[in-house]
Amino acid sequence: MPSYSFVLNGKPVTVEAPADMPLLWVLRDMLDVTGPKYGCGVGVCRACTSHLDGEDIQPCVVPVADCAGREVTTIEGLADGDELHPVQRAWLHRDVAQCGFCQPGQIMAAVALLKKTPHPTDADIDRIENVCRCGTYCRIREAIKKAATHG
Amino acid sequence: MARQLSRRKFVVYSLAASTLTVAAPLGCDATTAEGAEVADSAPRRPSDVLVTGTDEEMLVLEVTKANKVVVRLPRVEVGQGVTTAVAMMIAEELDARLADVDIPLADARTKGNQFTGGSSSVSSLYGPARELAALARAKLVTAAARRWRLPARTLKTRNTKVVAPDGRSATFGSLTASAARITRPAVSSRPKPASKHRVIGKATTRIDARDIVTGKAVYAGDLTVAGAKPTVVARPPTLGGKAVSVDSRAARAMPGVHAVVEIAGGVAVVADSFHHAFKARDALRITWAPGPLAPLSDAAIRSRLRAAVPRLGTPPRGSTQTEAEFEFAFVSHAPMEVLTAVADVRATRAEIWFSSQTPMYARDSIASAVGLPESKVKVHVVRGGGSFGRRLNHDAAIEAALISKAARRPVKLMWSRADDLQHGRMRPASHHRIRASHARGRVVAFTHAMASVTEAFEARGPSARGTAQGPGQGPAQGRVTRAAGPLPSDSGLYNFGRVSGDSGSVELAMPLGAWRSVDSGTMRTAEEIVVDEVARSLGKDPVAFRRTTLRNKAVKAVLDKVADAGDWGRTLPAGHAQGVAVHEEYGSRVACLVEIDAADPKNPRVTKVVMAADVGTAVNPRGLEAQLMGAAIDGISTVLRAGLHIDRGAVRESSYADFAYARQRHAPLRFEAHIMPSRRDPGGAGELGVPAAAGAVANAYARATGTRPRRFPLNF
Repeated sequence: MPSYSFVLNGKPVTVEAPADMPLLWVLRDMLDVTGPKYGCGVGVCRACTSHLDGEDIQPCVVPVADCAGREVTTIEGLADGDELHPVQRAWLHRDVAQCGFCQPGQIMAAVALLKKTPHPTDADIDRIENVCRCGTYCRIREAIKKAATHG
Repeated sequence: MARQLSRRKFVVYSLAASTLTVAAPLGCDATTAEGAEVADSAPRRPSDVLVTGTDEEMLVLEVTKANKVVVRLPRVEVGQGVTTAVAMMIAEELDARLADVDIPLADARTKGNQFTGGSSSVSSLYGPARELAALARAKLVTAAARRWRLPARTLKTRNTKVVAPDGRSATFGSLTASAARITRPAVSSRPKPASKHRVIGKATTRIDARDIVTGKAVYAGDLTVAGAKPTVVARPPTLGGKAVSVDSRAARAMPGVHAVVEIAGGVAVVADSFHHAFKARDALRITWAPGPLAPLSDAAIRSRLRAAVPRLGTPPRGSTQTEAEFEFAFVSHAPMEVLTAVADVRATRAEIWFSSQTPMYARDSIASAVGLPESKVKVHVVRGGGSFGRRLNHDAAIEAALISKAARRPVKLMWSRADDLQHGRMRPASHHRIRASHARGRVVAFTHAMASVTEAFEARGPSARGTAQGPGQGPAQGRVTRAAGPLPSDSGLYNFGRVSGDSGSVELAMPLGAWRSVDSGTMRTAEEIVVDEVARSLGKDPVAFRRTTLRNKAVKAVLDKVADAGDWGRTLPAGHAQGVAVHEEYGSRVACLVEIDAADPKNPRVTKVVMAADVGTAVNPRGLEAQLMGAAIDGISTVLRAGLHIDRGAVRESSYADFAYARQRHAPLRFEAHIMPSRRDPGGAGELGVPAAAGAVANAYARATGTRPRRFPLNF
């Protein structure tokens, strides 16, 4: 069994896993990091959205082999201890979540967007593909704008 | 309209315990509780009744020594915010900090009301929860008064403490043991009048919001219990298809595979990870026999539905007719969290963890499926990642139990998204024929005949049995959940003269289920479109026409609110339009005004949504706003975009790539919810907004494009 080392939420980890094993299942089933959620397994619902070297990815379609020697950040690694990330704070302020299942992915997508586009327009926000079946989109938009202003 | 809840007095019991523990029955108008033992024969106030037996059917409140107020809730949290609403009721009456109130979900019980559905949770809990907390407060205050030798009436409560005029304070936790021994509180144990509410009615952030944004909220798939192994099922290409031959040699030889077992719905693989399970599933060689619907596709289902619609009677003599027919496609619930259940079935007992709106019924179904007495099956209710009615049924839990039994090991079963869309439950497709008869400028008769697909059970396996209608419904009654009582159109929302309705059905062996707002989501949507068309044929404005024909002042008030706040009638560019619709159900009323940009009719965008709701007391206005927002997105999705196609007995869609539920670019850029002030007890709110939103979207689309929308979703 091949072995892969990468940095997960600031800490080095090494896993023995098949090269084609999606990062999502390495995180959830081997490392017990369950913030990234399974919603489709084919990269379209984006509930698992996390970061690889700071870029947003869908771990359900990224093989663990592609993560070797790189930095993986999940929702669990976003806050600095008890100090929430400004996007998480904006999410709380606007009380975005309903069922909450897609929200780790939504937050990670928003963080990635704001990194590239610190003051996103509505059209920029519209390009976020993450599905929210509860329909929290309007609050997501407001929270992103708030984080852009105060973050 | 729904019956106004009476302000009945709930009987509250004290439980024998070393910490303060009080309980209220959740049935309706219960005056006694089984297991209750009255300490002596003298007549006592209800709050003095000591319960030493079961608390199974009760809502139970405990104040712990760690100063936490714990209420084990016989409901499920699926995003609707019920745990936050109940925590607010408790915090209000106890003067506890919201952060000190814990609302864990109760395991499946044997008695009482443990049903989450019908938009009934807040209205059914509002009385008992406040009564409980008010009694607990009175006992805590009395205990503090005795400790300090002060008159109880001089003491106040705040921040989970009792406070004396001299500044002394004691946490509830420090008083709980002595409060448990108080039988006759020295201060009132009645809930506060609404005028004194500081928590109820105040916009409040969800109590689980921080857990959610940090990834700590736990769903069934996140559980690491019982050493359960990841499990998936290979399912047939068609609905109800059966495996005729299975070659599992390659799959069994793969690394990390623990078991391969055949079940009614397909072939299950138990493995070390979901990656290993999916790989082995794909290595199975299965020959499938087509299911019973194999020859059937959408066109044939639509024509059978059309033929099943009862005939409309003869219209009143001399009247002019506005007639329309509507078709609604099947729609998946598609909650973000796919069905997931952890099951540990042994020879003599079973334990299951999953998210269920009907855990009592689920336990009975699971027990009968695995052949154990109900008392040996423990069902733990876990928060759900969305539901929309999907978790009324417990197909996956039964399946997980059967797999665990066959594989002789604990399993964590997860349906893939394709499983969910292609073999999961759906809102039934329906066909509607509506006729409004008008004479001398007014509607004199209104009739709505419809037909929908109903579920045939003969041809399906045990996993199909998990349907529910509500509390007290056994498996024998299993069928599609339908609105009880008269059809929504019979409620007489409008002064439309003689109102009548009739329904037919087409029975098919396919998995169906109640979808948020159930029949109203199609019926009332279709009716609101006809109301617009009648207004047009009478040369009247849609808002003005509704205002003059609505029966109920409260419905007119929400309509007026959206018309005013949404600037009804404002000038919009070509291809843009406003649309409006109203709805009344669950003792609540709602109006919705939308603006749509349909300059490209194939790619319309709802740009703005304004809703107004009168739900009686809105316990958490922020939660209510969230429910209305979600309902607006449901309306946009079901009217414009999202449905399921049936192709030769199979569902065509397999992920959110083709089940086109709205994404951010389809959501309104502006959303407003206006909540009407009210002191009435709470009505229902979770499903309320769907028909009004769907109707308003359809009406806006019709006005923007000059078309008459008839088949939904429109871009399908």
